[in-house]
Amino acid sequence: MSEIVLKTIEEKYAEMIKQRENEDGSELSILNLGPTHPATHGIFQNVLLMDGEKILDAEPTIGYIHRAFEKIAENRPFYQITPLTDRMNYCSSPINNMGWWLTVEKLLGVEVPKRAQYIRVIMMELARITDHLICNSILAVDSGAFTGFLYVMQYREKVYEIYEELCGARLTTNMGRIGGLERDLSDTGFRKLRAFLKEFPVAFKEFETLVSRNRIFMDRCINVGGISAEKAISYGFTGPNLRAAGVDYDIRKVNPYSSYQDFEFDIPVGKSGDTYDRYCVRNEEVWQSVRIIQQALDNMPDGPYHADVPDYYLPPKEQVYNNMEALIYHFKIVMGEIPVPKGEVYHAVEGGNGELGFYLVSDGSRVPYRLHFRRPCFIYYQAFTEMIKGGYLSDAILILSSLNVIAGELDS
Amino acid sequence: MALDNATVQQKVAEKFGEAVKDFTEPYDMLTFEVDRDKAIELMQFLRDDDILRFNFLTTMCGIHFPDNEVERQFAVMYQMHNWLDNTRVRFKAFLNGENPEVESATRLFNSANWMEREAFDFYGIIFKGHPDLKRILNMDEMVSFPMRKEFPLEDQGRTDKDDRYFGRFPANSAEVGSVTPGGNR
Repeated sequence: MSEIVLKTIEEKYAEMIKQRENEDGSELSILNLGPTHPATHGIFQNVLLMDGEKILDAEPTIGYIHRAFEKIAENRPFYQITPLTDRMNYCSSPINNMGWWLTVEKLLGVEVPKRAQYIRVIMMELARITDHLICNSILAVDSGAFTGFLYVMQYREKVYEIYEELCGARLTTNMGRIGGLERDLSDTGFRKLRAFLKEFPVAFKEFETLVSRNRIFMDRCINVGGISAEKAISYGFTGPNLRAAGVDYDIRKVNPYSSYQDFEFDIPVGKSGDTYDRYCVRNEEVWQSVRIIQQALDNMPDGPYHADVPDYYLPPKEQVYNNMEALIYHFKIVMGEIPVPKGEVYHAVEGGNGELGFYLVSDGSRVPYRLHFRRPCFIYYQAFTEMIKGGYLSDAILILSSLNVIAGELDS
Repeated sequence: MALDNATVQQKVAEKFGEAVKDFTEPYDMLTFEVDRDKAIELMQFLRDDDILRFNFLTTMCGIHFPDNEVERQFAVMYQMHNWLDNTRVRFKAFLNGENPEVESATRLFNSANWMEREAFDFYGIIFKGHPDLKRILNMDEMVSFPMRKEFPLEDQGRTDKDDRYFGRFPANSAEVGSVTPGGNR
């Protein structure tokens, strides 16, 4: 340990500034961007070494909202881990929840009925829409176009209302159970979903008309923060940011889960991996998500909304109150005393920002022995420094926006 | 033809012989163990071999096994993915409990940089050759490695949270049964 010398980045930069001043008389400066800068949309700090408006070097500091989820998860039964996953990418909580349940179901070998799978797909795609809406509309706000944001934000509210119909919560959803869902999507839920599918495309079209071909927006985004496919892969990019660089890697196609193989959808890819491509890929993904939701709704199978697994799925309340056996199962499940096999399992879902993986090591006890979250943001954010070097400060803000770094996911 | 686990196993075993062992396939993913000195060489082989082509380092993390013998108390789990054939592989290198050291993967994948910093931050695993091995999520002043199993979730010396208020009694409490929650503190 002692060989690691901790030296604050400011000291290092101060030396560099002095050196450059002696060499050619240039006056560099240090700029502290963050931790709570309104343009960074989250708590992360970047110490920048600036030459006028240009960024020469940057040092990111993360961990400001680290909440030790992996440690907490080692002390919680499976049911109590879902609320932790909500709080990682809070722009698309249902994807995180479902990813976690799918991991547990893979470990326990639980088969989920078709109807539950389809409703899960609907929820995950709604979450993807809200995630991309936030990212793209805020990107437009950061480049000075506020109106588009107001057009689409209303629809995020409508999506949250649909979540409410299924799980009662809006932002941190804690949705789903082992083997399916806590309840069937209600008639009101389906009505709201149909209304959403009718109204949202109109508004989103409007948003695209306002922003996509806007001269100022294009000038700000095109050729800003580009990354080559090779670099992106080496940096561990996944999701829309990787696809913008031209690689069609999408877990929904590569390792279909929750019946994604039943749906027809395309994977949009970009070319240069710059900010504009990322924007376009996300926009197109929203259209594809709408397409998937429409198909799921049209082909919605009848049947149960959860698997028949009394060992893992809470019995209905009226049975708990009136039936001894149900009461016992209720207690066992709530206390986490469920039969868990030994083993290690990895399951990945396509999160809003890329491959969201769960690596679970179980030693057969009520809590995971080790649970590791592969958080896409955490892995690709390390490329940020390289992407902003040599560019302007105002471009750095747009690049950060278009990468859609979510502080909760970054810091776990 | 898609790459299957048997081919991967055969190629790896051929190249590394004794250094790799314990091949299993939990939930269809080839999993094995590698000697810690060979871990990065193996990763390079998996990446650069013309047939294997594991082009992507999906994730890596540390694991602590305090009950094992000293030589195997820590593990680093690496997971790689071949995107062309869609095959995944996972391998673990076990490290010494008192001196957990392994070579850094940063020369092969840029993404390993922060993942290794995370493993260092939480487990104190030293990655030799890492360009900037320092804490990443915890504060720099911290002295312990909090994900190690010897650290309980909550600080046991906490006085601001009294278990009795929650209807629980400390196991060694003499007051069991005589205290009403919220009363005589």
